[in-house]
Amino acid sequence: MIARTVVAIGSLSVALASAGCLNFYEIAVETPIQAKIDVTGFQRVLVAGFLTGGSRNIDPNTETARLLRSQLRTKQDMRVIDADVISLVDEIDKRRAATSPTTPSITVAGTDDPKIKNEADLKTYEDIFNDAEYWKKIGAEYQSPLIVTGSVMFTEISKSGMVSRPQTFIDPQGVTRYQEVRSYSDLKGYALTPKFVFIDGRTGAVLYSESFHEESLYPAGNNTPALSSYFELMDKLLPSFLNTLSTQKIRGSRILLK
Amino acid sequence: MRLRLWLVAALVLGTALPAYADRRSDAKAHVDFGIVVAQKGLWKAATTQWQKAVEIDPTYGAAWNNLGIGHEQLGNFADARKAYDKALELEPNNNFIRNNYDQFREIYDRQNRRRDR
Repeated sequence: MIARTVVAIGSLSVALASAGCLNFYEIAVETPIQAKIDVTGFQRVLVAGFLTGGSRNIDPNTETARLLRSQLRTKQDMRVIDADVISLVDEIDKRRAATSPTTPSITVAGTDDPKIKNEADLKTYEDIFNDAEYWKKIGAEYQSPLIVTGSVMFTEISKSGMVSRPQTFIDPQGVTRYQEVRSYSDLKGYALTPKFVFIDGRTGAVLYSESFHEESLYPAGNNTPALSSYFELMDKLLPSFLNTLSTQKIRGSRILLK
Repeated sequence: MRLRLWLVAALVLGTALPAYADRRSDAKAHVDFGIVVAQKGLWKAATTQWQKAVEIDPTYGAAWNNLGIGHEQLGNFADARKAYDKALELEPNNNFIRNNYDQFREIYDRQNRRRDR
């Protein structure tokens, strides 16, 4: 009886002491990250179109323009212009054909094959971002918006490596348990390498550009559609893209101390 | 001779310790109030309280830690970094401060990487 009372008093005093001596507090925070460029001078934003290449399973130009427009509509204050997506590859090919009609820029075996297959092909087209006159002309057409353009390479990749996956087993007591099993496996997937270029539609000058690279790999047997992989990869990049134009808040927690 | 030394030491400790305890107690009052207002989302008021706390007692690691968090929430990343650095200098083995700092650095480095571009 006495022992039980002593234990009860002891636990109560420990509980009171720990409540009184609590010297840290976890607090939810939202850390603001400032926008990279000042867009206060723009009322509108035009997602013009992209230099795209790599896999022919999706049309990265249309998909990227559509996705960025829908994100910009909900996540920032400028009016998003609805316009036809420009094919920058065709624009450059047209110019090349006009200057030297006898030598086509890049020969393509099949008609469905993208003209830009790799980084080297892409390099030959990238000069268009510095063509201030061209962008100024586009800007004049849409009342001097902020122009979003760039390049998007979406390529199929395959790698081999160690993969861990959960496996069930029954222990000696007959209880089902899980364990991580690592095995060597062939992986297939996609790599997304976009470069976003922000252009002042009033002057045609490049304000800012930023490049990214993301990869998604799946076991070779999985038949993951290219479009779902594309959206999965773009999801990872969108916060950074949006943060270029507007202040974003990163949620987390911190410990305040006494 | 030795007795005289002991007397001097006792005199110094006898005057310095209460002064230190007073400073820490005043600073702690600001830290506590800062926590209360931060929990209501008033980060500017909270940061002012923690700033006062470190001015009263610059050796108070917890106050520097909270000041770092406060500046971080106000978007003053350079000040936040200085405050976290000071907190870690005073309490290098405090895991709470280390975790706060690591999470802050992830955001701080990201922002600076982008500025460099």
